Amino acid sequence: MADRYLEADTPELRARWGTFAWTDDNAAKAKDIVARYPDGRQKSAVMPLLDLAQRQVGAETQTQGWLPIPVMEYVAAYLDMPIIRVVEVATFYTMYNLAPVGRFHVQVCGTTPCMLRGSDDIIAACKARGMAKGHTTEDGLWTLTEVECMGNCATAPMVQINDGNYEDLTPDRLNAVLDALAAGETPKEGTQEPGRHTSEPSGGPTTLCEMVDANHDYRSEW
Amino acid sequence: MLADKDRIFTNVYGFQDWGLKAAQARGDWDDTKAILAKGQDAIIDEIKASGLRGRGGAGFPTGMKWSFMPKESKDGRPSFLVINADESEPGSCKDREIIRHDPHKLIEGALVAGFAMRARAAYIYIRGEYIREAETLFAAVQQAYDAGLVGKNACGSGYDFDVFVHRGAGAYICGEETAMIESLEGKKGQPRLKPPFPAGAGLYGCPTTVNNVESIAVAPTIMRRGANWFNSFGRENNKGTKLFQISGHVEKPCVVEESMSIPFSELIEKHCGGIRGGWDNLLAVIPGGSSVPLVPAAQIKDAPMDFDGLKELGSGLGTAAVIVMDKSTDIVRAISRISYFYKHESCGQCTPCREGTGWMWRVMERLREGDAAPEEIDMLFEVTKQVEGHTICALGDAAAWPIQGLIRHFRPELERRIGANLPEAAE
Repeated sequence: MADRYLEADTPELRARWGTFAWTDDNAAKAKDIVARYPDGRQKSAVMPLLDLAQRQVGAETQTQGWLPIPVMEYVAAYLDMPIIRVVEVATFYTMYNLAPVGRFHVQVCGTTPCMLRGSDDIIAACKARGMAKGHTTEDGLWTLTEVECMGNCATAPMVQINDGNYEDLTPDRLNAVLDALAAGETPKEGTQEPGRHTSEPSGGPTTLCEMVDANHDYRSEW
Repeated sequence: MLADKDRIFTNVYGFQDWGLKAAQARGDWDDTKAILAKGQDAIIDEIKASGLRGRGGAGFPTGMKWSFMPKESKDGRPSFLVINADESEPGSCKDREIIRHDPHKLIEGALVAGFAMRARAAYIYIRGEYIREAETLFAAVQQAYDAGLVGKNACGSGYDFDVFVHRGAGAYICGEETAMIESLEGKKGQPRLKPPFPAGAGLYGCPTTVNNVESIAVAPTIMRRGANWFNSFGRENNKGTKLFQISGHVEKPCVVEESMSIPFSELIEKHCGGIRGGWDNLLAVIPGGSSVPLVPAAQIKDAPMDFDGLKELGSGLGTAAVIVMDKSTDIVRAISRISYFYKHESCGQCTPCREGTGWMWRVMERLREGDAAPEEIDMLFEVTKQVEGHTICALGDAAAWPIQGLIRHFRPELERRIGANLPEAAE
């Protein structure tokens, strides 16, 4: 089990987040989310609402966001749930940050398929830039986490940074992505290998070659 | 090799648009009303006849699973289809390609399958880390609603069917069907004891079937081309086409749809550019995702890649996530890293798994350095046997099997490391 701990519930934390409430935009989104579930089952919405809350905290702090206790209480009240049920969910699922993170959450996959393709070098490249696992750099830019399999195994190794995946990495390619992010640019997501589109064999697909240039309809050949 | 015309996921690489118009031009949503008009039982019979076995790992016959759902609701409870898009098994990356590049196959499949099992709605549970993929899926579902393909009177069939997307938040265990149902209900994803089985009491206490993305997404094509087309591929009891995901030490890792039962060597030579450093450099293969035991090089080369062929080798097809390891691999570390994965992902509910995964990982880490006594190899094996089969869900088994595979096939390597570390033992 992953060791996860709540940030201390201090007067400062209450002062900063005690007045948390949805923005107008997010209030509309929250309503839509709850409507996805049957009447009386609104607590099914706790996961998407915690994600929405984390994103709102992120927007307010210019980071990926996290879940201070008063924000969890707000979600609990919104769904008419006991706070402990919300805390259980927030602590169980690893994508909810229980402590503040940096502007970019660098999540390097270190599970075996990525390890075989060189994730050690990717983590080393992050460390060479001053990052340390579980910590945020002093400039507030980077938080480094080693995560478990992200499902990009055919384009390994990879890193997920906030909402984007960067795949087929080498230390140089990773540094190019991180430099671009630090400079406020938006680097291309997906594979970083020149000439590769997604998960086809690099150098070009061995199947479905007609699909490369045209939206081929194979039904006439059935 | 499978012909392109017989591939179901023609846009698997995303060279073309995933959107509704482009998907329809490729054949999706083509007179779905006519498929539904065949009736629930006819659809289930066709899927049964096709020989389709669940693509999520266990390989349970899909048509039979659907037939377990109640034909009528005696007490007014609705039925639900839950689609398992919580793809988290290390090595697996196929559902991601379906969702981001061919989402309409999945949504159409949800309607066909949901209708066949008389479900009121489908919930697609997508893993939280698939952020861009979820964005695509939400948009594709909206397109289907806007076009009247799902929702009230779906496809003009007179059947009302909703499709909802639910994002997870980073928990491998939610790929287990009852954990997924718990998670959908807004709780920690801890598996339920069975019985009751989901088909009797699942989501919100209602009859529920949980199916993998690939199992659902192939259904419309099977209905269009017929069971006999689908079961013309693969060996008896292992029918159809399958998305293989090859990672690790091949020249060109990729995802590719192939015929079931394709020999391992053909899969690697045709699509992956061969083993890195040639076949003599192959050490071992994990053929079905991290949960299945590894197979040494000599045994895997000519093996048919299907459920029964890999079972005969003491392993399994799982999700067809093929992790290839060449001779540069520290095999003990590779398996130890998998042990760490299970320690990290254990939900903590059952003691043998919660305590056992951590214990096994710590011993694996010592074996990696040779910092162990020779008899600890047997002790580790014994402990894996005590975890296996003694937990509510299969995560305990999944944590035990890779270690058992390592000990079975690489015991001399473990002993060598211990010997090198203990001068007195080496004498």
